Amino acid sequence: MRKRRSAAGAIFALFGFALLAAGPARAELRIEITKGVSGAVPIAVVPFGWRVDGVSPADDVAAIVAADLARSGRFEPMPRSQMLETPTTGAEVDFQDWRLLNAQILVIGQITPAGPDSVSIQFQVFDIFRGDQILGYRMNAPVERLRGASHRIADMIFEKLTGISGAFATRIAYITVDREGDGQRYRLIVADSDGDNPNVIADSADPIMSPAWSPDGRKLAYVSFEGGRSQVYVQVLRTGFRESVSNRLGVNGAPAWHPSGKSLALTLSERDGNLDIYTLDLGSGRLQRVTRHSAIDTEPEWTPDGQDILFTSDRAGGPQIYRVPASGGDVERITFEGNYNARARISPDGKRVAVVHNDRGNYRIAVVDLNRRSAQVLSEGRLDEAPSFAPNGAALIYASRRDGSGLLETVSVDGLVRGRISSPGSDVREPVWSPYPPN
Amino acid sequence: MKIRLMIILAACAWLTAGCQTTPVDEPTTGPGTATSGTATDDGAQTSGIDDDGGFSGMDLDGSQADGIGMQGDPLLETRVILFDYDSSEVRSDFNDVLAAHAAYLAANPSVAVRLEGHADERGSREYNIGLGESRAQAVRRILVLQAVEASQIRTVSFGEERPAMFGTSEEAWERNRRVEIVYP
Repeated sequence: MRKRRSAAGAIFALFGFALLAAGPARAELRIEITKGVSGAVPIAVVPFGWRVDGVSPADDVAAIVAADLARSGRFEPMPRSQMLETPTTGAEVDFQDWRLLNAQILVIGQITPAGPDSVSIQFQVFDIFRGDQILGYRMNAPVERLRGASHRIADMIFEKLTGISGAFATRIAYITVDREGDGQRYRLIVADSDGDNPNVIADSADPIMSPAWSPDGRKLAYVSFEGGRSQVYVQVLRTGFRESVSNRLGVNGAPAWHPSGKSLALTLSERDGNLDIYTLDLGSGRLQRVTRHSAIDTEPEWTPDGQDILFTSDRAGGPQIYRVPASGGDVERITFEGNYNARARISPDGKRVAVVHNDRGNYRIAVVDLNRRSAQVLSEGRLDEAPSFAPNGAALIYASRRDGSGLLETVSVDGLVRGRISSPGSDVREPVWSPYPPN
Repeated sequence: MKIRLMIILAACAWLTAGCQTTPVDEPTTGPGTATSGTATDDGAQTSGIDDDGGFSGMDLDGSQADGIGMQGDPLLETRVILFDYDSSEVRSDFNDVLAAHAAYLAANPSVAVRLEGHADERGSREYNIGLGESRAQAVRRILVLQAVEASQIRTVSFGEERPAMFGTSEEAWERNRRVEIVYP
């Protein structure tokens, strides 16, 4: 069982994030559920009571919790207009009334002062049919961090009710591209996983691509073509400080963090332009070559144990996924279905690999079971790419195209729940789901 | 016409939708003329590949040719080499263009050239960086084999990040799979 993250940890991450030098993104993401589970559980999230004198709440905790649960596709929150009463303590709950409304789960809560600029949030979750409390919890939060606390509450409720760790208190990084005059503007953006609170962390007239979260969620590695050539940068989110870690002649690309956060796998080209996989120790700057082949070897991804590297290679003709020990050694082919499988991303449990897969002419996201080697196509577009697992392994986010513009889509790994995240007017691409916030 | 059909057929093999085999009427651009390149989203279209081993004249910026004594040569003014899908093999219809650039660079060893490799939007982005690099290197090898000094040539791959033509269409994909020969 996974250790619970402390509220303080989550709040630290949010606090740190607010110190970013760069300003907010222009357009916020718009999220819609395109397909939910049939028989989503009806749940009533009653507005939380607010008992803090002299301050009005900046965020509606219950509304954020309800939106998170709705976005999972597994719950159907009741509209507030249908609620007959709005209890904030267990004593005020009349289960008979809620049964009449056909709700199955009831969430109530109240917020009280807990010190200067901080509040205590107490909430309870009830099984309406049985009249039992399923979950009761109290957490403290800075008054201006109600949004982050709300996502944490949604995570706790989701985990209690589904047995799956919630991933609402996580973030996503993605690239937007806007045409400006004759050129384009590339922006690397970090937002909450519900698309709220977007912040531009890098902005360039030259391409930015391949963002990758450090395992502690505090840094991003990415490729930037500033000055007309590729470099790999590592940027600290809290301070905005960044460093060019690979600036060699030719291709510097596809950074992937080792689970320890101490080294990167990346793609470099030799003088003759041949792409191979290397590892780069971030402390010493020591570079070690992993593959040596005349084909295109790129898009490295570490296995969760940090021992092996998956990568894309066209050594057999079209691109396929291979596995090699990071210390060098025998290369093993992983994908066999279809003539195009690229950009492997491994699930947190290491059992599955998401790839870009050519499905009869359509580029789609497929998940390959590493034991059975069978591929299941999960997406439905023509030009889908860049899959990234949620840290709970239950869903994927990826880039798609619709009406000539890029947007993001999410899908549960069983294919049952689908969502769409768009930013009207912007071309959105390369989403990467963050790890859980640091403890 | 043969080349044009080959391109359409090759593209059709990869796409189940949106590929029309009906020839599309469109102006064929001769060597050395700039094209405006309007984006269309439906059907297969090709541009600027003549039957007689001609060249796509797109992306010519007249000012690029100024000052280095190459005005008036349609081969030298052709700055875009096109590639087939998922291929970095230089097509034989560009042999004459590359021979002209090689001769010019070999005769002017102080002139530098940058080869920018590109890919169409399909598939994964970093793999497309690899394809663009392979394409730039394939052009580089041809130039070096024709007596251009390796030190005159720089290569860079932009993958699918800098399309010559926006839009999801056969025409855009074909025009975006390219190496641009840039005289800085």
